[in-house]
Amino acid sequence: MQPNQLANKLKIVSLVSVGKHPQSGRVRRADQDSRAVELGMKLASDNLIVLHAGDPQEQALRSYAGMGLKSIQVLEMDPAADAVMPLGEHLQQSGAEIVLTGVRAESGESSGMVPYQLAEKLGWPIVPRVADIVSIEAGIAEVLQALPRGQRRSVKVRLPFIASVDSAAQDARQSAFGPASRAVMEVEVVSAATDAVRQSWEEAPARKRPKRLKVVKAKTAAERFKAATAKSQGDGGKVMKNESAAEQAQAILELLKEEGVLR
Amino acid sequence: MSGHNSHDVLRRDPRAEWIARNRLHPLHGTVASNEAAEVRGPSGLLRKNPHQVGFVGPNGIKRIDRLKGNAAATGKGRRSGAAKDVQLPLHTVENPDFYVVVVPDMVGGRLTGHDKDVIGQAHKLVAGIEGNGAVLAVCFGQSKEEHFDTAGVDRLLLLDDAIYEGYCPEQRLAALVQVEAGYHPQYWLFPDSVNGGSDLGSRLAARINERPVVQAWQVDNHKSVCRGAGGTVDITRDTPRLLMLAEECADQIDETRHEALSLELPVVPVVISQLQDKGQVAVDPNAISLAEAEFILSAGNGIRNWDQFHEAASVLGATEGASRVAVDDGFMPRFRQVGATGTWVTARVYLAVGISGAIQHMQGIGQCDKVIAINTDAGCDMVKRAALSVIGDSEEILGELIERVQEFRAQPSAGGDQDAA
Repeated sequence: MQPNQLANKLKIVSLVSVGKHPQSGRVRRADQDSRAVELGMKLASDNLIVLHAGDPQEQALRSYAGMGLKSIQVLEMDPAADAVMPLGEHLQQSGAEIVLTGVRAESGESSGMVPYQLAEKLGWPIVPRVADIVSIEAGIAEVLQALPRGQRRSVKVRLPFIASVDSAAQDARQSAFGPASRAVMEVEVVSAATDAVRQSWEEAPARKRPKRLKVVKAKTAAERFKAATAKSQGDGGKVMKNESAAEQAQAILELLKEEGVLR
Repeated sequence: MSGHNSHDVLRRDPRAEWIARNRLHPLHGTVASNEAAEVRGPSGLLRKNPHQVGFVGPNGIKRIDRLKGNAAATGKGRRSGAAKDVQLPLHTVENPDFYVVVVPDMVGGRLTGHDKDVIGQAHKLVAGIEGNGAVLAVCFGQSKEEHFDTAGVDRLLLLDDAIYEGYCPEQRLAALVQVEAGYHPQYWLFPDSVNGGSDLGSRLAARINERPVVQAWQVDNHKSVCRGAGGTVDITRDTPRLLMLAEECADQIDETRHEALSLELPVVPVVISQLQDKGQVAVDPNAISLAEAEFILSAGNGIRNWDQFHEAASVLGATEGASRVAVDDGFMPRFRQVGATGTWVTARVYLAVGISGAIQHMQGIGQCDKVIAINTDAGCDMVKRAALSVIGDSEEILGELIERVQEFRAQPSAGGDQDAA
């Protein structure tokens, strides 16, 4: 592939975290992070650096390694501590040019703030919700952003930058046991400040959110009856009955233009 | 009617009763008794004369109004619906002591339901602080919204310069930083949505070094409950200054009207953006799933020329949908069916051609914003639901529409057409 050759000399770093299966709650490779690894492998093949801040013994890291990685760099620290400072320092020293992360982690606070805080710390631009990186030419990358409703937006950004990878990106390849157990964990012990604010938080399994009730603020029985039986009707739309087909088509076109759906 | 010789013998006057019943009788006016329907009996009990309840209607049949005169409000027919535009009480804030800032998504230039939820939450937070506060909405880009007042916006900062058009989070962030410096808001509220609210909120949080609460769904001035760990955990924590709120976090404002006074922002520096927006990329509309398609062209029983319909869909760039009849007849595949049995769509614009609107179909398009109907029957349900209805032959109208859209596209970069592809 073309981007392969172009990006081969680039230094691309994928940040990975420990995922959590939404139903069983077991640790796994995080969905979006594994897509970030997949995107990184597509761009840099063997030169991809996969970086994790936390416990090097974590089993979930092996399932990333099973995607065909030779090694994973781990900044060893307390998993509950704040990872932004050590990650930022490491990235600054390593001279990374593209940093890929997931949009939101599957464990912990999962606020999705890590890429933004890293970008602020490093002074790099951040491209959120990336679906693909199309090309990298002369230090400028063309990135496809995933928008709601299946749309894509093309954004050009100068290297170095941080991108968070959306679930619309390509699926991660399967993880194999052999490569997973062969991969080397390159551990570097770092000091990280403990997250003091988080100590005071209370965590509980997610409660089901109450569904919003349709409260009828009617004063009389007649109004309540009407609210219960009324059909939803448009607010008296425009009806064109006697115009010619040309005028009618023009009216439709005007509305479509006004709504901005004609692209 | 009147007894004349003894108290215990009740004498009736059949003629007077007959005249009282017959409202056309010339003596009817003199005989019809104006006595109240309720009288005290000799024992002091309240007696109701069932014969005197109600009134005789215009066709001579007795009518009893059990709605106590409220029947007029329910109305008969369409005219009363327009007359019922109730003016809500105006909520005014003079010289606000503090601001709570909301940055709505304004998808398509209008407030979304999520935005209105967030504004409702802002008013709850204002109510929890002493002094009079105002909800300030900071809106970017061209606005088509006409109901900022009933949505609950006290102050409106509309930034619709050319520099805020398109995807420019860095420029918008610069404006928000100016708002932070100029108004010192008590809280910053963002909708936690994929439409940009989450992105902008995270950028601002990183810039002003605030630890935001994300996916918050139960918030007051002291504690907020938010989803963590990928939505599997509820975290209860102190409410920070910057919040990104989940959908349906609070009730929308619906009982008051607000001023929506526009404010001005001192000069915002023009940022040299590191992200260059190259516009949206053309995506094959039929590759998008029907449930999340933005623009659907839907076919029903009224379509005869199917080749033309498919051509229209590709020219318009719309995702194809179909009613049940079209699917059952084999003209469209099953996964294109819209409605209760098929897909519940969320399109912003739904163009229904030859669909009269069975209730199952109307359920399926319940969340659509703008419905356009092309139909031969002006009285069908789809026409009642539609914002624009066109009565006529669908083949002719679609033909005209295809021509016009092709002309429109042929114009060199007219309008907001800025495709990268």
